[in-house]
Amino acid sequence: MTAIVDIRDLQKTYASGHLALSGITLAIAEGEILALLGPNGAGKTTLISTICGLVRPTSGRVTVGGHDIVTDWRAARRMIGLVPQEIALEPFESVAKTVAMSRGLFGLRRDDAAIEQVLTSLTLWDKRDAQIKELSGGMKRRVLIAKALAHEPRVLFLDEPTAGVDVELRRGMWDVVADLKSRGTTIILTTHYIEEAEAIADRIGVIDKGRLQLVEGKSALMARMGRKELRIALRAPLAAVPDQLLGRVTLADGGLTLVYGYDTRADRTGITTLLADLATEGIVLRDLSTRQSSLEEIFLSLLAAGQESAA
Amino acid sequence: MNWPAVTVIYRQEMARFRRTILQSFVSPVLSTSLYFVVFGTAIGSRIPTIEGNSYGAFIVPGLIMLSVMTQSLSNASFAIYFPKFVGSVYEVLSAPVGVAEIVLGYVGAAATKSLFIGVVILGTAALFVDLTIAHPGAMLAFLVLTCVAFALMGFIIGLWAGNFEQLQLIPLLIVTPLIFLGGAFYSISMLPPFWQGVSLFNPVVWLISGFRWSFFGAADVPVAASLVAIALFLAVCLGVIAWIFRTGWRLRA
Ligand SMILES: Nc1ncnc2c1ncn2[C@@H]1O[C@H](COP(=O)(O)OP(=O)(O)OP(=O)(O)O)[C@@H](O)[C@H]1O
Ligand SMILES: [Mg+2]
Repeated sequence: MTAIVDIRDLQKTYASGHLALSGITLAIAEGEILALLGPNGAGKTTLISTICGLVRPTSGRVTVGGHDIVTDWRAARRMIGLVPQEIALEPFESVAKTVAMSRGLFGLRRDDAAIEQVLTSLTLWDKRDAQIKELSGGMKRRVLIAKALAHEPRVLFLDEPTAGVDVELRRGMWDVVADLKSRGTTIILTTHYIEEAEAIADRIGVIDKGRLQLVEGKSALMARMGRKELRIALRAPLAAVPDQLLGRVTLADGGLTLVYGYDTRADRTGITTLLADLATEGIVLRDLSTRQSSLEEIFLSLLAAGQESAA
Repeated sequence: MNWPAVTVIYRQEMARFRRTILQSFVSPVLSTSLYFVVFGTAIGSRIPTIEGNSYGAFIVPGLIMLSVMTQSLSNASFAIYFPKFVGSVYEVLSAPVGVAEIVLGYVGAAATKSLFIGVVILGTAALFVDLTIAHPGAMLAFLVLTCVAFALMGFIIGLWAGNFEQLQLIPLLIVTPLIFLGGAFYSISMLPPFWQGVSLFNPVVWLISGFRWSFFGAADVPVAASLVAIALFLAVCLGVIAWIFRTGWRLRA
């Protein structure tokens, strides 16, 4: 694998003394989409900002396309597009001008056709003459993406690109990302939405407390994350799990609830059989509910598992 | 050197200027006219000629310097403080753009604006008093150099400032007094000897004196010294800016 972004033992301690990145080592292949997940304050933005030149690394080394981000920063940065987490735009500029400006900043000559193409792909062409301050939040976020794409970067960083974006638009952005990938762009994005990582990423990295806890192919990780729980409320409490159901369910709520875990991705969830078995046992149901583990719970279990295997 | 970047930064700043062109044009014309009515006509008529010039003509160079210096400071400090404030500075900092391109773009535009204002004031002044410029080439050179030097200083203030109050602080508390006490409206030679000596520590004295020499051929301090003063001023500002960008001070975490 030739890594287009190669991060070696990257460390960042802020002036406040806070250790935000602690020994991150990660190689990102050309053309892949990597989703970074992690709780608030994990260090995702710090990692991206360091690679893009907004935060100075304390130690470690990063290359982009073989160019060191510190010693050969011009060549490295020319390859990078960045969509920051916070909306940060000049309020009085027009959409088309601010996107054209981005192109110039990255050393490219003015090219109206290229700008039109970028604006059209993000459905911003109708708004090209509007001032930034007249746009809605979702539109501003798309302007940020347009700015990042204006110089045709080979590596694109998207820091929570779909925060505060409606469902339809979110899918639109996924299409944009898929289109970029098909043209060979490498994409690193952060998100708090598991469906988003699932929908577009090839690999998923989990960061917590400045450490990369794991990086894994999406399918493998999703299989582990895809567990769901069926909770069955009973009319009368059970003293113990009936023999026939032993090993399949557990009792909760003082015997008033049966809990059944299953994998949504499996061919057979076993729910039909379970319900049939309950009927033959003569157990009367009061209510049914299912819940999926939240991303935070999944993190916690992943992180706990990581600590166990480390111990 | 990333010239497209210099061009887009310069153009963006000039566009900001054009959006407020009326204000940029009207306010110097109005304030200059007021100065002439008050100092030139009302008070100046009771003041004898200074070094052979009517008081109205004498204050023209000082008046231009006063406006050009304060405008350069505020234009350049705002130009970099505003993107810091709204956060859009991230793009310049993550682009393949070095300190040279940033300074050329932002400081170049700020200096252009105040040069424009300086020329407008000169034109307005010519309506009120008879002006002959002894050394037009030198006059232009002093004007441009002063615009650039104070724009550089303003740029530093904008980089340093953490809020809008700080943005005003140094211009208000330090620079404006230095300009008023720098002989904008009087000749240093009119002061008692002790205060003449003190005045020489005010860098603005050297700038205004040189500029006035280019109009009337007479100066408070030698013209060569004025040139050295400007060169020094430019060098110090450029040095500070280079240091800021090398260390990332107040720009990069
Ligand atoms: N400029 C700074 N100075 C000091 N500490 C900082 C600075 N920026 C971030 N931090 C700290 O570094 C840690 C990592 O922050 P970072 O923004 O990278 O988190 P994140 O993973 O992007 O979180 P979120 O999901 O909330 O965006 C946090 O504890 C934060 O408080
Ligand atoms: Mg973040």
